[in-house]
Amino acid sequence: MTSVNKGINRRDFLKVTALAGGGMLLSFSWLTGCKSTPEVVSNLPKEWFELNSYIKIGDNGLVTLFSPNPEFGQNIKTSLPMLLAEELDVDWKNVVVEQADFSIKRFERQFTGGSTSIQMAWEPLRTAGATARQMLIQAAAQTWQVPASEITTKDGVLHHQKSSKEAGYGEMASQAAKLEVPKEVSLKKAADFKIIGKSKRNVEGFNIVTGKPLFSLDYKHEGMLIAMIVHPPAFGQKIKSVEDSAAKSMPGIKDVFTIKLFDEEFERQAFDITSFNQLAVVVGNTTWEVMQTKKALKVEWENTKESNFVINNFGGGKKTVTVPAGLESTAQHKKLMAEMAEKPGTILRKDGDPAGAFKKAAKVIERTYSAPFLAHNTMEPVNCFAHVTADKAEIYGPIQIPEFVVAGLSTRLGLPKEKIHIRLARMGGGFGQRSYGHHLLEAAIISQKMKAPVKLVYTREDDMTYGIYRPTYMATYKAGLDEKGNLIAYSIKAGGIPEGPLGWAQNRFPAGAVDNYLAEEWVLNSNITMGTFRAPRSNFLGGAEQSFLDEVAELAGKDPIDFRLELFDRAKNKPVGKENNYDPDRYAGVLKLVRDKSDWKQTKKNVHRGVSAYFCHNTYVAEVIDLSMQENKPVVEKVYAAVDCGVVVNPDAAINMGQGGIIDGIGNALYGGMTFQDGVPQKNNFDKYRLIRHSEAPKAIEIHFVKSEENPTGLGEPLFPPIFAALANALYKATGKREYDQPFLQVNEQPV
Amino acid sequence: MAAFNLKINGKVQQVNVDPATPMLWVLRDHLNLVGTKYGCGIAQCGACTIHMGEVAMRSCQLPVSAVGEQAITTIEGLSEKGYHPVQQAWLEHDVAQCGYCQAGQIMNASALLKSNPNPTDAEIETAMNGNICRCATYLRIKAAIKTAAKSTAKS
Repeated sequence: MTSVNKGINRRDFLKVTALAGGGMLLSFSWLTGCKSTPEVVSNLPKEWFELNSYIKIGDNGLVTLFSPNPEFGQNIKTSLPMLLAEELDVDWKNVVVEQADFSIKRFERQFTGGSTSIQMAWEPLRTAGATARQMLIQAAAQTWQVPASEITTKDGVLHHQKSSKEAGYGEMASQAAKLEVPKEVSLKKAADFKIIGKSKRNVEGFNIVTGKPLFSLDYKHEGMLIAMIVHPPAFGQKIKSVEDSAAKSMPGIKDVFTIKLFDEEFERQAFDITSFNQLAVVVGNTTWEVMQTKKALKVEWENTKESNFVINNFGGGKKTVTVPAGLESTAQHKKLMAEMAEKPGTILRKDGDPAGAFKKAAKVIERTYSAPFLAHNTMEPVNCFAHVTADKAEIYGPIQIPEFVVAGLSTRLGLPKEKIHIRLARMGGGFGQRSYGHHLLEAAIISQKMKAPVKLVYTREDDMTYGIYRPTYMATYKAGLDEKGNLIAYSIKAGGIPEGPLGWAQNRFPAGAVDNYLAEEWVLNSNITMGTFRAPRSNFLGGAEQSFLDEVAELAGKDPIDFRLELFDRAKNKPVGKENNYDPDRYAGVLKLVRDKSDWKQTKKNVHRGVSAYFCHNTYVAEVIDLSMQENKPVVEKVYAAVDCGVVVNPDAAINMGQGGIIDGIGNALYGGMTFQDGVPQKNNFDKYRLIRHSEAPKAIEIHFVKSEENPTGLGEPLFPPIFAALANALYKATGKREYDQPFLQVNEQPV
Repeated sequence: MAAFNLKINGKVQQVNVDPATPMLWVLRDHLNLVGTKYGCGIAQCGACTIHMGEVAMRSCQLPVSAVGEQAITTIEGLSEKGYHPVQQAWLEHDVAQCGYCQAGQIMNASALLKSNPNPTDAEIETAMNGNICRCATYLRIKAAIKTAAKSTAKS
């Protein structure tokens, strides 16, 4: 099992396909990079036959599977092809995986985000595998003159028992490729899975540990120039003038100029977010030379006026976005948010009579939670390669949702959409930031102007201060209990800058489990740009809600797990409203599983425990943290997680993803946060922006999956939100102090 | 500009660059050794870790003029075919998520094991603390270092 990095150019592909008469001939060179399996290279087929967009079979039985979605560490480049291989019924050892280029026509869905890759590919990719298998069976039936129904397959070999005939897929691939695609195929039962559910190692593992050029930042092209940008130091500022005479004469510099991304009247696609629509650009021969020149460039800035643009919503419709003027600061944000929290919000859901119930309640508790802006801080800074010529654009870069950048590129470059070819680079982290494709557009504009291939590179400082941050949020929760400690009223009023967290979440638990419920939202606009960030909105709500429920359970005098289980019983047996978007049994299921696996009721000396459960992105998660305090610092001794994501496709990779989500959550809860002064982001590199490090990671993590044959859901995000609360609740047990405001530790980063 | 003869991965290579150029960019831009990664440029993330002699160095803060006769090893030269015990342990534990920081982690871990063949958990944490993994594969990195230590001891 190995992978191949080089994408196949669609036009070359068509040309070669025609030449090869329905098959596909590839040169030897495209496999020479994979030295991990020399036997594969020596056994390279003479001819490839395409059975559908995802599957090519060589005349020697080697199989190439295309992974459609962009990869940024969730390991879908391994797990998506596993779906194809399962139904195709091939030996994983004979599989080569290739990253597909962007082509919606061929692959229909090439979107990595929202923990949706596995969920959305589950039917289509298994169907693609089963379809190809059926075509191979049909080809064998015709060749052998036997009924297709009598032919079986095993590990890439076709069998006909009665006649003792046998043939490898490679022998039938040529004929199969000429057949009509069957309209209906049957898929395997979960009990028959041979690949799904069995851990397969990362197909790029060898290339990663040997330092192969996997990322667009590593990409080289003949005659390629390096470009860097200078963006305004503050949100609410723009370029007034650029003094570039000294810069232009510095060694290795080709040109210095400014670019504008979108025209004001351009109707933007959903992810066409730019923090700064005009940038200064330095282009030269090498990264170091351009970096030095960039520092020497003298740019004068001026404050922006209010402006507007029209953007298509994700999921339909469009809206006008107003970008206000002004230089904003964190202290001012906090003050404005506190004022908004006091006013009535927009009602998103109301059940019963919340106001009346609060009046009648024996006990009422109200708490307010807040969280700061967060920078994504992917390890690979923003970058992109582009080569734009008079008649086409070749782009190779890190992008989670390529579909949304094409219209902007086409309009801005003046090229038809079909002349824009995007190859999907492996990303050195995404976390939602790479949903936004401004860097593709910037690289393309610079290449077009320079009439040369260009690699755009952001410095870490450019990247961290560019914006598209996780918004800052605030939420006020209120709960009313009766004499017996039953929850009779519950309200949440939440908002944020420049987005509220509640829009898609008003029907989540505990809605449906309480007779009197109210959800309200408010929003404050800003010129600080926001974007998706691992588990958008849930990354705040999960922590706030589950911290609050811990405090409510304490007020009710109940064990926090028992208290939640009572509410799930209520939601199941006598639900309030019809719009509740969770399954109480599965929710309760993960809580019970984590209770049992962590032996929740046990007490250990100097160990403080916190629990939390959250459902988002279609996956149910419950987590328990064991915490100790050492020299007044929290040390996470162990984390237990219980997860219900249906079928687990690649178990060890799923655990890896879960561990990452948990540690990332602990890091952001303790240290994460971007602040602003007069529009200027106050942190621009890792000496100031604290990320969790080796010594701060939990000592151990146990992840348990609910055994399930439900269709699989994703794991990139769901383990992240609840850990904020498990940590806060454990910290309370350790210190006696509740945590309401993230980050929990106000630390100054010490350079390492 | 000045010419430098550098001993890199067992070969002498000549580059003609500004003496202040960090080794990171000499490797990446001039010698096409792009396994060494740019992460922060201020020695705070460890993605650019290489060996000078047997010591782990942050190549983003190492000017080419400071290297002199000392032998440089990058991830590409750590082993001929990826069979270094640390690389093998990384594969065994399937450590990587995005993979961007892992070359730096591996270079730092292999230098650690050279100077301390059997590190404790605390020693691993201290030695590796300068290497950020944004995907947070820290537990697997630690497990892989322990496996590599064991396999080195056996051989």
